[in-house]
Amino acid sequence: MNPIKTFPKGGVHPEENKLSANQPIQDFPMSKQIIVPLGQCLGAPADCIVNKGDRVLTGQLIGTAKGFVSANVHSPATGTVAKVDVVMDHTGYYKPAVFIDREEQDEWVEGVIQTDELLTEIKLDSKQIIDRVKDCGIVGMGGATFPTHVKLMVPEGKKAEYIIINAAECEPYLTCDFRLLLEKTQEFLMGVKILMKAVNTDKGIIGIEANKMEAIELLDKTINAHRDLYKGIEVQPLKTKYPQGGEKQLIKAVTGREVPSGKLPIETGCVVVNVASTYAIYEAVQKNKPLIERIVTVTGKSVKKPCNLRVRFGTPANLLIEAAGGLPENITDVINGGPMMGKSVSVTDFPCMKGTSGILLMTLDEAQDRRQTNCIRCGRCAKACPMGLQPFLLHKIAKQNNFDETETNHIMDCIECGSCEFTCPANIPLLDYIRYGKAKTGAIIRARNQK
Amino acid sequence: MNKYTISGSPHVHSTENTQKIMYRVLLALVPALLVAIYYFGWYALRLTLVSVAACMLTEWLIQKFLIKGPLTINDGSAALTGLLLAFNVPANLPIWMAIVGSIVAIGVGKMAFGGLGKNPFNPALVGRVFMLVSFPTAMTTWPQAAPIFKAGFFTDAVTGPTPLGLLKEGGAASLDHAQFIDMVLGNRGGAFGEVCAIALLLGAIYLIARKVIDIATPLSILLTVFVFTGIFWLINPATFIAPWYHIVYGGLLLGAFFMATDMVTTPMTLQGKLLFGFGVGVITVVIRLWGAYPEGVSFAILIMNAFTPLINKAFKPKVFGVVKPAKN
Amino acid sequence: MSNTLFISLAVLGILGGILAVILYFVAQKFKVEENPLIDEAEACLPGANCGGCGFAGCRALAEACVKQAAEKGNIDGLSCPGTDMGKVAAVLGLTAAAFEPKIAVVRCNGSCQNSPSKVHYEGADICAFATTLYAGEGGCSKGCLGLGDCVKKCNFDALHIDKETGLPVVDSDKCVGCGVCAKTCPRGIIEVRPRGKKDRRVFVCCVNTDKGALVTKNCSVGCIGCQKCLKECPFEAIEMRGNLAYIDPAKCKACGKCVKVCPRGSIHAINFPAPKPETPALQGAEPVVKPQPKPEPVEVKTEVKPENTVTA
Repeated sequence: MNPIKTFPKGGVHPEENKLSANQPIQDFPMSKQIIVPLGQCLGAPADCIVNKGDRVLTGQLIGTAKGFVSANVHSPATGTVAKVDVVMDHTGYYKPAVFIDREEQDEWVEGVIQTDELLTEIKLDSKQIIDRVKDCGIVGMGGATFPTHVKLMVPEGKKAEYIIINAAECEPYLTCDFRLLLEKTQEFLMGVKILMKAVNTDKGIIGIEANKMEAIELLDKTINAHRDLYKGIEVQPLKTKYPQGGEKQLIKAVTGREVPSGKLPIETGCVVVNVASTYAIYEAVQKNKPLIERIVTVTGKSVKKPCNLRVRFGTPANLLIEAAGGLPENITDVINGGPMMGKSVSVTDFPCMKGTSGILLMTLDEAQDRRQTNCIRCGRCAKACPMGLQPFLLHKIAKQNNFDETETNHIMDCIECGSCEFTCPANIPLLDYIRYGKAKTGAIIRARNQK
Repeated sequence: MNKYTISGSPHVHSTENTQKIMYRVLLALVPALLVAIYYFGWYALRLTLVSVAACMLTEWLIQKFLIKGPLTINDGSAALTGLLLAFNVPANLPIWMAIVGSIVAIGVGKMAFGGLGKNPFNPALVGRVFMLVSFPTAMTTWPQAAPIFKAGFFTDAVTGPTPLGLLKEGGAASLDHAQFIDMVLGNRGGAFGEVCAIALLLGAIYLIARKVIDIATPLSILLTVFVFTGIFWLINPATFIAPWYHIVYGGLLLGAFFMATDMVTTPMTLQGKLLFGFGVGVITVVIRLWGAYPEGVSFAILIMNAFTPLINKAFKPKVFGVVKPAKN
Repeated sequence: MSNTLFISLAVLGILGGILAVILYFVAQKFKVEENPLIDEAEACLPGANCGGCGFAGCRALAEACVKQAAEKGNIDGLSCPGTDMGKVAAVLGLTAAAFEPKIAVVRCNGSCQNSPSKVHYEGADICAFATTLYAGEGGCSKGCLGLGDCVKKCNFDALHIDKETGLPVVDSDKCVGCGVCAKTCPRGIIEVRPRGKKDRRVFVCCVNTDKGALVTKNCSVGCIGCQKCLKECPFEAIEMRGNLAYIDPAKCKACGKCVKVCPRGSIHAINFPAPKPETPALQGAEPVVKPQPKPEPVEVKTEVKPENTVTA
């Protein structure tokens, strides 16, 4: 095992609470009607290409990517399109979606290999792999949902030296990546190999937090057992510290390189891909399977049966909560994703999407008292900031709408990890203000660049 | 069914809060208070209670009737100001003076700027310096420590000079270093919170262990004082006393660990803290060796408080991924 | 002693004299010739530097006026939303187009009663941020969030949040119609409209363009796009924007007919005389009338905006 590494600056260590770590992945049965949102990735929503009354097969393309940063959407089930309408997503906003009345029998589109057999021969070349990733609508499944094919297209003049797999899973509570590593180890490692081929490199590093020893050992063992097959893949244990899985922090921890301010990770010769996405890429490239399902962790301290479920997209989240033992009493916070970077949920019947890594149910006790007091200038936020920013200052100047100052104080470098707000003893919603300032400053910068 | 909360991430928070921080500092000062009661008896206890109560009452009255804002009296910061103020005065100070000092500390030093977190100067020191210039005699008439089991709990203390006072009056020769151990334990004249180095260090270790204070500032202050006084001692041991006496005599430990670490009025970054500590150390030594007052920690910290915003501006943390000089 | 006194007096006196001379020359050198008309024109403007005219402040507008008057002989296109530009024109010896006073109008009535809250927001009091997190406490994704970005931006203290309804209220006396609030609102709820004759105006108090079914789910007074008002209007002043009716203030004659036919009570008529006894039958929106309407500015059927009656 490699010695444990970490990023040098800031970070916090919230209670890990990996309650569902020992729960094997269960297949979750599909509901009668599934509602597939067309905007499942960062960027523009897909264009719908089916009409009411059309019969769609499992895996059939129903929405085509619109624009550069966008991803295809496929039908997660076989059935008839009931309507193309809007549906409330977790924020309560109405978003375009395809409603599919499901048939009992799954009928896959042609060309998809449905066996569980491990396919180790990579037949496609680099360009074909990237095209396949694009066709299959694969996005970053850690929560940011950035289309993966965009990441893999190394710009002219740049060289990708490393494929780094983000297996840190530094978010408390979430265990979906951990379970996937344990249960689909070989498939995952093949995914890494495919990625290495896609960007033409022979180095793949799996960054993984040391609280997942089981997975580290298993990966090490598997790689050693098949040394020829997984040549160049390395497992790098990382200190259990949030935000270890932040892209820039991960690169710094693993390679010691720093992504320059305002630049993309490829500047350092690294391409970072999430575990679930890597697995999806294996499925897409080797079995031609589009992205229509993912592992969702349903968890929370008061949840009766925290679990990891394999869910087809479009399944309403409240059914998953039922499967985990129902909605406990006194739940005040329902979160789509992890507690540090997830999003608050307005309604629980939102459809699961590509970025739904977890559904977290918390009572007031777990979320902590948030009574605000005055800033006492303790500087803990600045100490916790992994980007070396001064959150207390950014909060102040963003509140004053002083967007020249926010820019010179590097507000655009904020990765919105929330370490500052987590650590603030005065419970000031620092990140809220920083996000606001970031949005405004970003708009000003874009307007200026357009001139 | 209860309504779900909508908030921006993160949705979990550390269990730390301002109140806990303040109460930990209060707890850390308890050993020093106990030693003070042991040596100065009822007078120390009385003064502490009065000054804490006066500070809390002042804050409450101002928040209730002048600002009409939220009442934050139980966050412990007013109590801490009161305790530190009491620690910095002679035990036999008349009660009314302590009350006036408390009102100035909270009213002028803190609430006038908008309350907790907005004051540029350490409120307890504002109160103390105000008293020092207003009631110079009472504030420099120091009772001598006398263990209560010998002298009695309610007995008036005998007044006498502090070690630093002796130094100022009669030079290095007038100090009897044979009693060094006694002085470390607190058996000496002086403000009743500052006398016992051991009790203060105990509290400081607790605070550092609980990560309430950063060791950088006190370390920088003590090192600066040590080196600076050490140089003069090496040059002329007849006029100047050894650096370790400088550290123990007077209020340096109390100031360094409990007042120069006040989060509100001191710099945030490591470099800033080191510079702040250096400044406090230099000013303290200058006042002690050549100033009109025998002790200069209060003034030194207040003066450096004024520089804090500048220091904060000058020393910003290095931003991830930014190479100096900033690229365009 | 007197010697010391004399010396210090002399030194300071001479120093003062020298500095005065230097200052005089410096002032001469850096003197900026400015048209005195600018000062006069600026005096006619409100001086709040709200930016509603499109310039950095009142002085900038005054400068622009003087410049354009000298170049083109008119001040067309330059106007302060809160002032009669006639005064400025008079200073410059010109005439300006007729002044039409304007006022900001809050086009959402999703109060705590009309659109009961389903979730509870905790975080920074910034509408522009909250809108990125969720649709709104009441569930309407187009409605007012009530965190008061507009209130904070108003230079005239003309907006405040009504504690009962959670909605911003425009103070008719103070609002000059500069439009800063309209630009600030992340959901475009506030619109600057002409005050209308006798300060009477009619507008649709909703900005939700969603389908009727989605609107009714969250709000009892939102426009559902039934188009009844459209058919009723004798002046063709109402147009449909998606599933939302919009009254064009330029065409509206404030007859109030649309108010009566609206089944949702979404159309508000402000400062109209007391309703006649035979109020129309459509009682659907009656139970959701805003609590505690102010008594005097009575209007037709719908709830009263607590704006003061200002009769011209």
